[in-house]
Amino acid sequence: MHVSTDVLNGTAKAARRRHPAAAWLAENGALVALVVLVVGLSLLSGDFLTVTNLLNVGVQAAVTAILAFGVTFVIITGGIDLSVGSVAALSAIVLAWLSTDSGLPWPLAVLVALAVGLVCGLANAALIAYGKLPPFIATLAMLGIARGLALVISQGSPIALPDAVTHLGDTIGDYLPIPVLVMIAMGLITALILGRTYSGRAIYAIGGNEEAARLSGIKVDRQKLITYGLSGLFAAIAGIVLASRLASAQPQAASGYELDAIAAVVIGGASLSGGKGRAFGTFVGALILAVLRNGLNLLSVSAFWQQVVIGVVIALAVLSDTLRRRATT
Amino acid sequence: MTPVLELRGIDKSFGPVQVLHDVDFSVHPGEVTALVGDNGAGKSTLVKCIGGIHAVDSGEYFFDGKTVQINSPRDAAELGIEIVYQDLALCDNLDIVQNMFLGREHRRGIVLDEDTMEEMAARTLESLSVRTVKSIRQHVSSLSGGQRQTVAIAKAVLWNSKVVILDEPTAALGVAQTAQVLELVRRLADQGLAVVLISHNMNDVFAVSDRIAALYLGRMAAQVRTSDVTHAQVVELITSGRSGDLGLTNGVSA
Repeated sequence: MHVSTDVLNGTAKAARRRHPAAAWLAENGALVALVVLVVGLSLLSGDFLTVTNLLNVGVQAAVTAILAFGVTFVIITGGIDLSVGSVAALSAIVLAWLSTDSGLPWPLAVLVALAVGLVCGLANAALIAYGKLPPFIATLAMLGIARGLALVISQGSPIALPDAVTHLGDTIGDYLPIPVLVMIAMGLITALILGRTYSGRAIYAIGGNEEAARLSGIKVDRQKLITYGLSGLFAAIAGIVLASRLASAQPQAASGYELDAIAAVVIGGASLSGGKGRAFGTFVGALILAVLRNGLNLLSVSAFWQQVVIGVVIALAVLSDTLRRRATT
Repeated sequence: MTPVLELRGIDKSFGPVQVLHDVDFSVHPGEVTALVGDNGAGKSTLVKCIGGIHAVDSGEYFFDGKTVQINSPRDAAELGIEIVYQDLALCDNLDIVQNMFLGREHRRGIVLDEDTMEEMAARTLESLSVRTVKSIRQHVSSLSGGQRQTVAIAKAVLWNSKVVILDEPTAALGVAQTAQVLELVRRLADQGLAVVLISHNMNDVFAVSDRIAALYLGRMAAQVRTSDVTHAQVVELITSGRSGDLGLTNGVSA
């Protein structure tokens, strides 16, 4: 009877109540860092805490965040996806090319661009699940392939987007930039998939103990197709958002963004060894990167030093997480 | 009493190595059948054939008296056969309820039905008189070896299973925890399940089993009632494949 009564009385909650502040801090270290950052920058620069600037930060965070949401699925399974930046560029190029050169109606071109991202992700998964390639290698190959195809299709030069598509980069009214809305929507979808669906649970299980997941009847290969497929699809969405903001698709766009995405996921509390990570953490991680870049610009820190600072922040974020975990266990 | 699970003439090879030769094996409801044998005798292979992880090369598979085809773990699970693996197929980063329902989550539409799962998990643990876990929402990583074993067993019985196969459940446990797990094993059989206990520990085998099946070099040396044999006889069956009238003659089933 011990178990049942305890369960009904919510011992789990009681256990968590022991050090509520400490437990909350351990879970939300990134959020605390973000708040500290925002407060600090507000004090240091009068331009930081203005509506215009914050919307600007949101728009700048959007592409990284959308890429990072996709990569979150992959990292929770214990994998990695290095191809998202290239896939984003390829999808945008395909969209621009189809809707201008071949005269396809733009909604159709958007669908094809999304499909391209999805297919790239599925190809990654096929190499990993069936070809048994390490995710690092498979997605590194895709990084080259997708970037190369983007250059081949565009012949190396930017392609202007039709006006209808560039409106995706607009702001509704004064305060609702579409990229930010897309980011929030993708974040909610990520949270829903991870927290409430069968595939989400399977993603955590695969990251925790892949063999146990398989023995429990989870079709691990199929779930990896879904995981990397989502990452590719999210990359395509990020690519379209980025291109719409720039009003043109550029074959060299988003290069290096995969590393920002991975950094955002890790700053958000995910573990590269898998099994751990949340959509909200990733969102906060992407915001930290964007706020930091924006703040350093406002403070006129040179672009060279900015890279140093961001590198240090990534190291500190992961280090503090490791130390905190060592303290609690 | 008719066996709930019966294998006849099972052969299994991996490439040129024949691991199981013409194995017969039966499991009865309400009984604990101990499956014993030396390392490499084929215990794990036999269990994996039963569980659908390996396909058998030839032989017959009866469940509730009917011939069945088992091609995947899912087929076995659908019949009500559950295996608790030695290395404990649990995910440390998930909690007890999540582990118990892993791969077979209850859903309401496309979202998971956590309330129903939590309730069913609590009820199952209660029916097994499990008293040692503080909360069923605690991560499995925070549990002791015995508690993890308990969760793994509870996971297996959650599904109205008819046959539960335990691969060395006490191998890594201390004395008190071993006693707890054996008590749990006995309780499963008393509830009417057919339990297969793989073990190297003769004390465990004699403490809980009703029947003993001894494998020797991939052949079923003997399947006997526990009350009809002594420790020494079982050890002989394990080490040489025969003991007095029992066991193999010239490497062929008697």
